[in-house]
Amino acid sequence: MKHRTFFWFFLPTGLAMLLFIALPIVSVAIQSVFTPHGAVIETVKTCTPFGCKEETTINQDATRELRESQPLGRFVGTGIYFDRGHLAVQEVGEAWQTSQGLGDFAAKLGNLPFYRAMAFTLTFTFVATPMLIVLGLFIALAVNTLSQRIKGLVIFFSLLPFTVTPLIGSLILFWMIDSRGILGTAIQWMADDPGLSLKASTSLTWIMLIVYQVWHAAPFAFVVFYAGLQTLPQDQLESAQIDGATRWQQVRYVVVPHLMPLVTFVALIMLMDNFRVFEPIVGFNASAHATSLSWIIFNDLGGETRQLSAASATSVLTIIGVAILLSPVLVRTWRDFRSKK
Amino acid sequence: MKFKSLLLAGGVLLAAASSAQACEIGARVSVVGNEFPAIQTVGAGAQECQGAEVATNLTADHQKINVPGMQGNPAEYTSAIIANSSIVALMNEDVIQPLDDLVAKHGQVLKPSQLITINGDVMAVAFMANAQHLVYRADVLEQIGVEPPKTYEDMLAAAKMIRDQGIMDNPVGGAYAAGWNLAQEFNNMFLGYGGEHFEAGSAVPNVNSEAGIKALEMMKALSEYMNPDFLTHDSNATNAEFRAGNVAIMNMWGSRAATLVTADGVPQEVVDGFEIAGPMTVGGGDIPASTLWWDGWTVAKNVSDAEAEATFVAMMNGIRPELMQDDEIRRQAVWLIDGYEPTSAAVGVFAAAEMGTIPYPMLPYMGLMHTALGAELADFMQGKESAEQALKDVEAAYTAAAKEKGYL
Repeated sequence: MKHRTFFWFFLPTGLAMLLFIALPIVSVAIQSVFTPHGAVIETVKTCTPFGCKEETTINQDATRELRESQPLGRFVGTGIYFDRGHLAVQEVGEAWQTSQGLGDFAAKLGNLPFYRAMAFTLTFTFVATPMLIVLGLFIALAVNTLSQRIKGLVIFFSLLPFTVTPLIGSLILFWMIDSRGILGTAIQWMADDPGLSLKASTSLTWIMLIVYQVWHAAPFAFVVFYAGLQTLPQDQLESAQIDGATRWQQVRYVVVPHLMPLVTFVALIMLMDNFRVFEPIVGFNASAHATSLSWIIFNDLGGETRQLSAASATSVLTIIGVAILLSPVLVRTWRDFRSKK
Repeated sequence: MKFKSLLLAGGVLLAAASSAQACEIGARVSVVGNEFPAIQTVGAGAQECQGAEVATNLTADHQKINVPGMQGNPAEYTSAIIANSSIVALMNEDVIQPLDDLVAKHGQVLKPSQLITINGDVMAVAFMANAQHLVYRADVLEQIGVEPPKTYEDMLAAAKMIRDQGIMDNPVGGAYAAGWNLAQEFNNMFLGYGGEHFEAGSAVPNVNSEAGIKALEMMKALSEYMNPDFLTHDSNATNAEFRAGNVAIMNMWGSRAATLVTADGVPQEVVDGFEIAGPMTVGGGDIPASTLWWDGWTVAKNVSDAEAEATFVAMMNGIRPELMQDDEIRRQAVWLIDGYEPTSAAVGVFAAAEMGTIPYPMLPYMGLMHTALGAELADFMQGKESAEQALKDVEAAYTAAAKEKGYL
């Protein structure tokens, strides 16, 4: 394509990307290095239905002047990034010096919001992603062998978990795994422990969230792989069969290599998705056991006093995290692209 | 008989129509607020006004949208319905206006105690009071032969008896869901032990104290008698446990107590045994381990004078004294409105006020403390760390947030 044609072809997309992706990111990055001005506080008489008392409040006139002279707020540089709510450099340093052994250090790290969230998010991402890819592949292989007549119906039902809104899906499961729900009671019966509660144990909560994510996202992997299977080179498969390859060997040496670019694609999308895990944590009310960076942003903005700078800093950290996670896959795609040239 | 009731219905309709006629407004009104029954009533009352559009957006997420919705010029919301905790965010951002002139012009029916006055300016009009207090099953307490608990120590003793006698496995209810609810239960207990959240006259945190540790230990002791999933139970889930007959004693909001057993499918013994009493004290203190709340409405700053006046008139129509003649409305809340006669559902909140319960602090930085408590106390409740460590974490998390917002 000529450069000129490409330019005009790409212009609308480029503008939209600039407007809806680049600008918001720049705005968030700017917001994360500024904080609100120091509040000018005064004590005034406050009367409510329960009587009058002296109470602290903000002097609006003095604060307004400050705000108008510098509307962005105080410049703090990377101060927010390194405070206790984020990377917590100082606290990590102290923990390193005072802890006895690595286990103690890890425990102290787990007490800081950012590292606690990362511990769960990374476990979640790296356990759920491979599991849902493998499960999706098996469903695709199984569905592909079905007779034409029931295929459509089976595909429809296999896709259902993915079409359920995450928040609704997790709420439904949340009620089912309640200690009085159908799944919760079944697990109590199987474990022979009437006091067992999935929601009260951290490790069980983690497992539950991972199982939920696999259940929810496997259909996505399935439908992509199923589409890939339709393009499977039949001659290669047949020659493998003539060579006496078992079904497993056919899958291992013909089907999977053929689907590899799709595996990369699904892994890319799912790593990104799983790293931003949010809805299940809210749906399962699991914040006592599991948090994620997205949940921290939600929590910063959801309180009675909104912490915009803290939320912006966490957003930027999330973007950096996604970039790091995706870098191996992106590098690989780039190399493929170069070698084909 | 039929004719009579028809006539009665017609009379009610006529009364409604005449009151609607009484409320004429000349500019747009838009209200944002929480969604419990009493607030629905106020919103519906405001919407009876004619002459211009009255929009309401009543949602549990109101506090996430009220500040952004009032910061623009002109503001999207001309009024926000708030409580003593959430007015602080509006004050901090300077988005509500003083109401003194409007009160003088249109507020003759207001009682002085309804006016929320800050530094001499009326900033909000309160219409109801709220507090958490004891809700219990009289039949169960009778069965074990104890009086309704007056202290949390009594509550623990009663819970032990109920469990030991095999009546219920987890007789104590509590809205201990990690986050806002858990923090609120800590606030109750902390104030009950005589704690103060901040060092006097400053934003320096003061929860890592003897009162804080005792409060956490009492919460832990109570949680032993709760459903093991307590960290996921908010007020709704706790009420569901009570309705299902799994809970015999709990600390619950007055605004929810009145309608607690009116839901469908509540077993008859729960309906019959349901009783309300005042809040409990703890650790030998005189001040209840609870907080007093008011709910009221404000008028946005960034609106025209005509819109401000229309908003005030419409909101006044939502809290007009005539509403207090309706039995159903009277039961919805402890109204501060003139002419309100307390119903049996109000005893808990009245007892809380009489016992000198401390109002929830209206401090600019209290919201940050509440958020920090909600996020950091869950580890202690799960037995993962000591009370001292949990409170140290709370102070550290709060300090980081307060530094960011410029309070420290």
